[in-house]
Amino acid sequence: MVSVDQARHLDPPARSAHPALPDASTRAGADARQRRERWYRALLVGPGLLTIGIFLGVPIVIIFVFSFLSPATYGGVEWEFSYEAYRQFLFDRDIFDESLVFNSAYLEIFLRSLLLAVFSVVACLLLGFPTAFFIATRPAARRNLWIFAITLPFWTNLLIRTFCILLILRERGLINNTLIWLGAIDEPIPMMYTDFSMGVGLVYSYLPFMVLPLYANLEKLDFRLLEAAHDLYASRWRAFRWVVLPHAKSGIIAGSVLVFVPSLGTFLAPDLLGGGKRLMIGNLIQLQFMSSRNWPFGAAVAVILLASIMAILVAYVLYNNRQASVQPEDKP
Amino acid sequence: MSGRAGRTRIGRFPGFGTIAWVCLGCLYLPILILVVFSFNANRAVTIWSGFSVDWYLRAAENDGLQQAAVNSLIVAVIATLVATAMATGIALATSRGPVFRGTTAILAVVSMPMMIPEIVIAVGTLSFFVLAGIKLGLGNVIIAHCVFCIPFAYLPIRARLQVMDPRLDEVARDLYASSWNTFRLITFPLLLPGILSGAMLAFIISLDDYIITAMVGGAGTSTLPIYVYTMLRLGVTPEINAISTVLLAVSVVFVSGSYFLGRKGKSSP
Amino acid sequence: MKAKSVILNATIAGALSIAPAAGLAEGELNIFNWGEYTSMEMIEKFEKEYDVSVTIDAYDSNETMLAKIKAGATGYDIAVPGDYMVAIMIEEDMLEKVEPNQMPNYENLDERWKNVYWDPGNHYSIPWNWGTTTFVINTNVYKGDIHTLALLFDPPPELQGRINLLRDVNDVINAALRYLDLPRCNSNPDDLRKLLDLLINVKPHIKSFAYESKELINSGEVDIAQIWNGFSLRARRERPEMHYAYPREGFTGWMDNLVVLKDAENLENAKLFLNFMMDPENAAMQSNFTAYANGVKGSEQYISAEILESPEYQPPEWAPEPEFVPPCGPEVVKMYDRIWTNFLK
Repeated sequence: MVSVDQARHLDPPARSAHPALPDASTRAGADARQRRERWYRALLVGPGLLTIGIFLGVPIVIIFVFSFLSPATYGGVEWEFSYEAYRQFLFDRDIFDESLVFNSAYLEIFLRSLLLAVFSVVACLLLGFPTAFFIATRPAARRNLWIFAITLPFWTNLLIRTFCILLILRERGLINNTLIWLGAIDEPIPMMYTDFSMGVGLVYSYLPFMVLPLYANLEKLDFRLLEAAHDLYASRWRAFRWVVLPHAKSGIIAGSVLVFVPSLGTFLAPDLLGGGKRLMIGNLIQLQFMSSRNWPFGAAVAVILLASIMAILVAYVLYNNRQASVQPEDKP
Repeated sequence: MSGRAGRTRIGRFPGFGTIAWVCLGCLYLPILILVVFSFNANRAVTIWSGFSVDWYLRAAENDGLQQAAVNSLIVAVIATLVATAMATGIALATSRGPVFRGTTAILAVVSMPMMIPEIVIAVGTLSFFVLAGIKLGLGNVIIAHCVFCIPFAYLPIRARLQVMDPRLDEVARDLYASSWNTFRLITFPLLLPGILSGAMLAFIISLDDYIITAMVGGAGTSTLPIYVYTMLRLGVTPEINAISTVLLAVSVVFVSGSYFLGRKGKSSP
Repeated sequence: MKAKSVILNATIAGALSIAPAAGLAEGELNIFNWGEYTSMEMIEKFEKEYDVSVTIDAYDSNETMLAKIKAGATGYDIAVPGDYMVAIMIEEDMLEKVEPNQMPNYENLDERWKNVYWDPGNHYSIPWNWGTTTFVINTNVYKGDIHTLALLFDPPPELQGRINLLRDVNDVINAALRYLDLPRCNSNPDDLRKLLDLLINVKPHIKSFAYESKELINSGEVDIAQIWNGFSLRARRERPEMHYAYPREGFTGWMDNLVVLKDAENLENAKLFLNFMMDPENAAMQSNFTAYANGVKGSEQYISAEILESPEYQPPEWAPEPEFVPPCGPEVVKMYDRIWTNFLK
């Protein structure tokens, strides 16, 4: 049985030639049709793009402008040009003798957040991939049930979920109480307010962002390829390496981006579960807009963060385009 | 279909099923605690001291809490509907028909709201609303939520469109179906599962937002996250568990509904 | 697909029209206050007495409130800033000069609060609640003298790793400065070096920086925690082995104040509310809910005995006077920010 997908790939030229046939008598009609297509497209894209363009574009421009202004005494900005905020990120007047020195504090915070985000991606991938794959191999009706089951907990508010994790991990929480009751330990194991609890919080928050795109991807996997690999005496894991992984690449990347970005900017998990002991980039930005009352610096850190994320994404898009040009049938 | 049977046999990797079940268990453990302690007689959220529905009664009497929950739902429902509609439009335009210039740029713009830390969007949006003199109370919150819900709604819809056969559209058009009819009778039903999962993601994202809502909202626009967050200093009371359980139950009904709808959408063509 | 975008536009328009009609109807009052910090019993009484419908929204810190009001968020008539924040808001011209000192109930106000640094003569503000910020400690775990900051900054072995500090630059730095016997709002480099050294030395012993002190104490996660006196009282209801300390090195006093925001839409109702809160019975309702003192003479006869007789409400004779710390200048704020960043980097 040939799938529709494969059938589509058999005649790409016919398809692309379809809208405008090279026939003089129909050219005017084709032009009109193209014009209409453009109109439809504008109507389809317009509302969404306008909304984002105005209600996100303008705020970003405002933040960008803020980052080049001077801080007002009690928060807000003075309309006075300054690149002080960017300088502050790397160099600081020495805290005690006012000389200009390289300051690693903000870079350390930045790198730690990056590390945490990478950890969060890896952990979500390690848990999410098998889960998504397992779901994709269930019978069709069961699959939807699984997706439903995975999404359901997330209909409870994030804060409340985070708070419930606290109830499980703390010294008189569920885990410790159970272990003590079982006699496995005498003293509670401290788990709250550690890197561990922070990691648990992040993974718990963002796991579905990994599972859902991966599942969408794996569901399309042609399992006959696995059968073919099996027939050719490939071991299970070789088949996984050479059949499943290449197919799942785009899903893995999409899921990773979805987990990576919010993890990078998170402030809830570090504060509530990490005990606020170490600043993450999200906390740093928040602090600047709040008690430190240095909006330009907060804005500058945000711009730097945004630029880093953009750089990563541009790399991703370029990579994707290259992939697409290698395998043209992947294009819609 | 032979493929289906093969799916389960060859596609089995040792340990994957275990991990999936463990994941599911871990996802539900906090929720279970939430629900169990909403029936706790004790005020302390940690110690079980007997069954009671007191907290539900208390929650039923707490106007502020209810208002917050209602605001949350209003914002989430409207933002989800609007964002999903917009995302569907963009997904249709970027995935159907010949590839056109600017697709990549559009994709970049659509994913923007996901890429920016919330506090930055929050301060920027608040400043913008003030500069532009937009004072719509809950409307401000809804606009802000629409913006960051769009990319989350967009992703699953586009994913669905990519596996749909575009020739179905063309066939319909060749049979002189109008664009609207093509959309209504062919594209939309096929796309429905994607739209539903997009809407689901958008809804979750909207329900969870704290910092943007806290900044952008005006008088009388507190949502549930704001209520809970500002309560943290004092410690969360089981009232929160109670109202969360109620919302969860509503969600189950709602999602079950959309699940069956989704099944219909999948099997109908 | 035109039809679709029409529907879409209609949806947007529908969404926009949901905006609450704040300020249009008469008899409204919008209060912006800390979370769980308003006695609803008292609010209901006010609503009944003046036929005003009150809406309350919550914030989680002075700074969140300031940032939001500063950016121009409007719709609120009344806010409840802390003492130093009142000073800032007056300087920034963010408050309406409503002259509470001319109001009928002003005579009820305790003389102690009529000449405060943040608003001498009460031209803008009246007291809401006031209290102290020290710490609460588990005396089952630590048997010695509890009234010293050394327990936080040079903890004995049994308290190491069992400490919670408030996640607040000023609360932590001010306590540390008192322990070092150095002046507040300090920008002296030598002093700040000592301060940073002290903080970095004690950091390994600190379990968490959190506002949720009460929750942490009740759950037994920590044995000593920086906290406000009213929360301490509420925490002790569940954990009687806890005790509120009055460190001899000194401690912070604070007052949250009712102020009317500039260009409040419901100015008259806001004034009514300020006057209403200076009535002893009404102020007492608020105190009974939060377990904090108010600033109104004669309210004590309506406050519950549990609160009145608690050590949180009645400091011992020998305890030092609480210190109300004014807002520090921009240079100091900048230095504190750098200390905080280096402390938590």
